[in-house]
Amino acid sequence: MSASNDTLLPARRPALDGARRLGAGLRRALLRAVPTVLGIVILNFLLLQLVPGDAADVLAGESGAATAETMAMMRRHFGLDLPVWQQLANYLNHLAHFSLGFSPRFNMPVLDLIWSRLPNTLLLMGSALGLALVFGIACGAIMATWAHRWPDRVLGVLSLLLYSTPGFWLGLMAVVLFSVHLGWLPSDGALTVGATLSGWDLVLDRLRHALLPTLALAGVFMAIYARLTRAAMLEAQSQDYVRTAVAKGLHPLRIQLRHVLRNALLPVTTVAGMHLGNLLGGAVVVETVFAWPGLGRLALEAIQGRDYAVALGVLLLSSFMVIFANLLVDLLHAWLDPRIQA
Amino acid sequence: MKTHELTAHAGARPAAPPWWRRAAPVHGAASSPGHVRPGAAALRRFLRNPAAAAGALALLAIALLALAAPALYPGDPLDMVAEPLLWPGQDAHYWLGTDALGRDLAAGIAHGARASLLIGLAAAAVGLSLGTVAGACAGYFGGRVDAALGRVMELCQATPSFLFMLVVVAIAPPTVGVIALAIGAMSWPTVARLARAEFRALRERDFVLAARSLGYGHGRIIFREILPNALPPLIVAASVMVAQAILMESALSFLGCGDPNRVSWGSLIGSGREMLRTAWYLTAIPGGAIAVAVLALNMVGDGLNEALDPRLEGRP
Repeated sequence: MSASNDTLLPARRPALDGARRLGAGLRRALLRAVPTVLGIVILNFLLLQLVPGDAADVLAGESGAATAETMAMMRRHFGLDLPVWQQLANYLNHLAHFSLGFSPRFNMPVLDLIWSRLPNTLLLMGSALGLALVFGIACGAIMATWAHRWPDRVLGVLSLLLYSTPGFWLGLMAVVLFSVHLGWLPSDGALTVGATLSGWDLVLDRLRHALLPTLALAGVFMAIYARLTRAAMLEAQSQDYVRTAVAKGLHPLRIQLRHVLRNALLPVTTVAGMHLGNLLGGAVVVETVFAWPGLGRLALEAIQGRDYAVALGVLLLSSFMVIFANLLVDLLHAWLDPRIQA
Repeated sequence: MKTHELTAHAGARPAAPPWWRRAAPVHGAASSPGHVRPGAAALRRFLRNPAAAAGALALLAIALLALAAPALYPGDPLDMVAEPLLWPGQDAHYWLGTDALGRDLAAGIAHGARASLLIGLAAAAVGLSLGTVAGACAGYFGGRVDAALGRVMELCQATPSFLFMLVVVAIAPPTVGVIALAIGAMSWPTVARLARAEFRALRERDFVLAARSLGYGHGRIIFREILPNALPPLIVAASVMVAQAILMESALSFLGCGDPNRVSWGSLIGSGREMLRTAWYLTAIPGGAIAVAVLALNMVGDGLNEALDPRLEGRP
């Protein structure tokens, strides 16, 4: 029955199947994401409640002095005298209107502040993730192909070293070598200050500034993906379908790439999705090292300035980003792997 | 004899157990399988692995340094003791040099080892106990408990752990306890996932059935019967968790969000960074210390993984 169907619609069936799987996967992933989002929002609200002092205290501190009556008035104005559950309702209401509050320190709505810093962080994270995936998977594939021989051992030692070194320290040492002693690359910032560049020069300038932070951020993840790819490929190499491919007389390189590596990519993408939060955490430190004007440095500045609305806003939005990215990974899996069913 | 020891020598089982539950191969002709405990065999395999032994040795040296720090370098390591910015080797008494305020870097490294190891161990203890209890309950009871735990784990996974720690440390005072709790609270899902898988696989086994039919309570079955059999992957996870906690703490104190009254390797890097262009050794040396400690822990973790996995025995 199915065979005749296959001959009737040879090209369209897999595509249709893929679309249906994708739809089912999307439904499932959304159902899973909704409670997590709610949980994150409530966790953030609770953290905001735990903060010593409230917005009225902050404003009073900023203005220098306030009487008890003004404080009470401000509390009433901001709804801070309401019971906790009503404050939660207000918080949710504000969130539903895309409002994360106002930052007295930066004198801007929190959301605008975050939007202005987000592109830089996304650029840094995206390039670091891409670099880590490409090099990590390539190293892992080399290690698995020559398992227990010298390429495996050398790369194994290197990846273990990279895995054990703090990224921010690597970045600092790279600054000493490449910026201070060799003078090849700039040590901080995202653009040359005061330069009026355009076209290719601008792109080149951005790349030169992004290179060291990207490497510092990508290092650890490169090592993780290399080790993971190696393990997953060794696992796949012992499967029956690989023996079949060998018996068919396929070229070893083709077996490694098309049969082994492709199946080993599934766990790597899962872990890459799971590590997005860590990547963001690493970005906080790396951005500080390189004075990169991104979200992480914003969070740190906010925390050091006791501007909790901004800090928690960054935490909330980055959690959403992680959930969204995991949703994409789920969809990718549903599309890649026909065995994953609704 | 406990029930789980009984089943270790039982006959044919329906499915092959995972590697860590298979009887370990025995070394030497003189010993018979009945007399060598798997733990002893694993320990011997561990010590015969050069990388793992080197890692254990380095770890031991760091632990000794941490313990001996008050005797070797008495007084507060934050005190000014010598001329500022001595390079390493310039003065034999301050062989690692001094920083911009004339503080002895060697004393800082020794005292920093205390802070780093303490937080690493405390955070791993918090994460391990939380994760083991949560994972054990989820795996053992299944059903709603399992589903609820899955939700909480997803929540933890979606929260960027380092940002969360920064916020926590900003709200609560950055003491060792708070930092360890924050790191532990973010790292338990890894352990919980491992423990859950183990307990799910083990709860239907004969020895658990036997324990249940003897009328043992859930607590006793979980902790006395199943847990000893589920330990190997958790032991491996523990060494990696200590390493991760040390890295996290170093990043936190590098940013100046750690305990301000304690020297740690991260805070040494943070203060050395201000002199990066002229006195880069102030940054390089504490970072090297972190790398050595974390590398040692990771090598011990890899060694434990191989030692507890008899499948790898005899491979090149």
